[in-house]
Amino acid sequence: MLKLDHLTLAAPGFRLTANLTLPQGARTAIIGPSGAGKSTLLNAIAGFTAPQSGRILWQGQDITATEPGQRPVTILFQDQNLFPHLTLERNLALGLAPDGRLTPDIRARVEQALHRTGLHGLGPRKPAELSGGQQGRAALARALLRARPLLLLDEPFAALGPALKQDMLALVAEVAEETGATVLMVTHDPQDAKRFAGSTILVADGTAHPPHDTASLFAHPPKALADYLGQGGS
Amino acid sequence: MASRARPLTLPLGAALAAALLAAMTLGTVGAVAIHAGTAPLGPADWSALRFTLLQAALSALISTALAIPVARALARRRFPGRGLLITLMGAPFLLPVIVAILGLLAIFGRGGTLNQLLAATGLPPLSPYGLHGVLLAHVFLNLPLATRMILQGWQAIPAERFRLARALALTPGAQFRHLELPMLRATLPGAALTIFTLCLASFATALTLGGGPAATTVELAIYQALRFDFAPDRAATLALMQFALTTAALLAGWAILRDTGFGAGLGRPPELPAPKGWRRAFDGAAITLAAAFLILPLAALVARGLPGLTNLPQGLIEATARSLAIALASTALATTAALALALATARRAPGHRLYDAAATFPLAASSLVIGTGLFLTLRPVANTSDLAIPVTIATNATLALPYSYRLLAPAARTLQADYGRLTTALALTPMTQLRLITLPQLARPLGFGAGITAALSMGDLGVITLFAGQTNATLPLYIHSLMGSYRMEQAAAASLLLLTLSFALFALFDGIGRRHA
Repeated sequence: MLKLDHLTLAAPGFRLTANLTLPQGARTAIIGPSGAGKSTLLNAIAGFTAPQSGRILWQGQDITATEPGQRPVTILFQDQNLFPHLTLERNLALGLAPDGRLTPDIRARVEQALHRTGLHGLGPRKPAELSGGQQGRAALARALLRARPLLLLDEPFAALGPALKQDMLALVAEVAEETGATVLMVTHDPQDAKRFAGSTILVADGTAHPPHDTASLFAHPPKALADYLGQGGS
Repeated sequence: MASRARPLTLPLGAALAAALLAAMTLGTVGAVAIHAGTAPLGPADWSALRFTLLQAALSALISTALAIPVARALARRRFPGRGLLITLMGAPFLLPVIVAILGLLAIFGRGGTLNQLLAATGLPPLSPYGLHGVLLAHVFLNLPLATRMILQGWQAIPAERFRLARALALTPGAQFRHLELPMLRATLPGAALTIFTLCLASFATALTLGGGPAATTVELAIYQALRFDFAPDRAATLALMQFALTTAALLAGWAILRDTGFGAGLGRPPELPAPKGWRRAFDGAAITLAAAFLILPLAALVARGLPGLTNLPQGLIEATARSLAIALASTALATTAALALALATARRAPGHRLYDAAATFPLAASSLVIGTGLFLTLRPVANTSDLAIPVTIATNATLALPYSYRLLAPAARTLQADYGRLTTALALTPMTQLRLITLPQLARPLGFGAGITAALSMGDLGVITLFAGQTNATLPLYIHSLMGSYRMEQAAAASLLLLTLSFALFALFDGIGRRHA
């Protein structure tokens, strides 16, 4: 269970509060207008932004001051998820061994993950030799290898076309299932939320609202969400 | 948000590098300041100050004035070898000064080609010594730099402006007034001041072509006060004067740097009008003369030095080995320190402004000022001649560091911005991060910076003159002593060796960087 306990994130001209709980294994979308603080919220959970006050707890344990790499978290950024000068194999191996080892055992597990994500045989390639979709798959393959209990997605597939994005979300679902991960996904697209996430967090007006059942949230959107969706007052 | 969840640790490497740099720059100036002022300056010292300002101002004026037609010709003409010529114009920066001077002497010296021609036509010979000798060498070394700076200015005028000028059928005069003159007004002061600052600290040129009451720079006066007059206090006062000069010139440089204000273009390749007629002939002459001025001295040096290679003087091998060791050691030091400082600045570690400042200090330092400070500090505790090699290594590393740092800093910032979070998220160990991410990603600026440091250090003739005894000369100093005993053939041969080694070191490190990028 992930608990954001009276969390306040602040920067000049920006303030976001969050007081909510996510059950283990949940798949949750984060939606809201640009600049509301969706990415900032993910960055705080991943450890890249220090909260002004409040705590972040995972399974009851306070991780607010834990180093990003030591958190039970894998995060996929909007871009730059792979080192451009390293082969896919190297990139994935770093998820297993942060000291850069490349043992036969690690190689075998990397190859397995590549196979699992439809990238069989592409280990020696560099990211620039892959399509956007393949790069997304590679980042997910590394998430699979790291098998951290929290998977945070900061719109890593925003640049992909609709069909490809759907494939990716299906793969995310598989990876989450396999690793038992709790998934938190920022998105601009209501379709993504409806298709992928059982619950949705609305981030608007300086607040990350507690997760709400996705279907009913979109059926009866509160004013802030209706404004964002362009539905006027409903 | 720039804030982080974790407290940043003090980067020890960067802190150590910054402390050493501060000691080498501020520390030596402090040592100089303590000793300065007790000895009154004589008329010779004031004339050194006047000569320093005069030669630097004239060098800057002549170099930039001559560079304008050359840069314009290069900007608007296309011819085979144009790219090569522009590349070649970057070379004098790495060219050991003593090599350049021997090349110039081969043409303009007493027994040089020019004087042979003059003698054949019954005209009196020209002397390459004194003010005009110093100016000749400074223009030779800095005309290419000025040309490249002004050429950049021409290329920075968006192609759209020239297209518009054509569409409006502006006359060449009107085009010059409205497009090129504003660019020159913005570019020339920077170019001239850069050259002025470089020439203020001119030592090797003044040492070989100047001297005497009429042609001594402050740097040369420091050397003479320390080595010949045994007047350390007067040397300190002169060093303080030199430091004030360089610092004032640098501050003026920062104050006048400004934008050209041409607005952004769409990045179309420039299509400068290339007028025909007499302008075409003029451009051709400018390019030919500039190329000849740059290439002929070096060609003459090769011609003079090649026969001497079979009869190399004694002690040359040892001097060469010493210079190579100094170059490699100062390259290792400067590159490591620059990398530590650039990485700490890029990730905004605690005190990052101090690190940035520490990497800038050496620009205001000069070889002889650092040397005087070290000499005054070390003399009471050790035999200065024994310390010639370590002192030269430290000084060369300090003086070259700003170049490496300026090359690395933007690349390190980009690396941090693009992959800093990913590196942290994966919790890469520091050694893995260095081996797998940092070094491969920064290989190019690292190699280029190391190449510049190695070449500059190999050819340096500065602080070593204050410390070296009979037995520990570097290759440039050795060449200088050959010149002093009029063994010009052997000096030319040794120069050829120095020239080859300097550029080979640059190519070696630059090549390593390129291969691993």
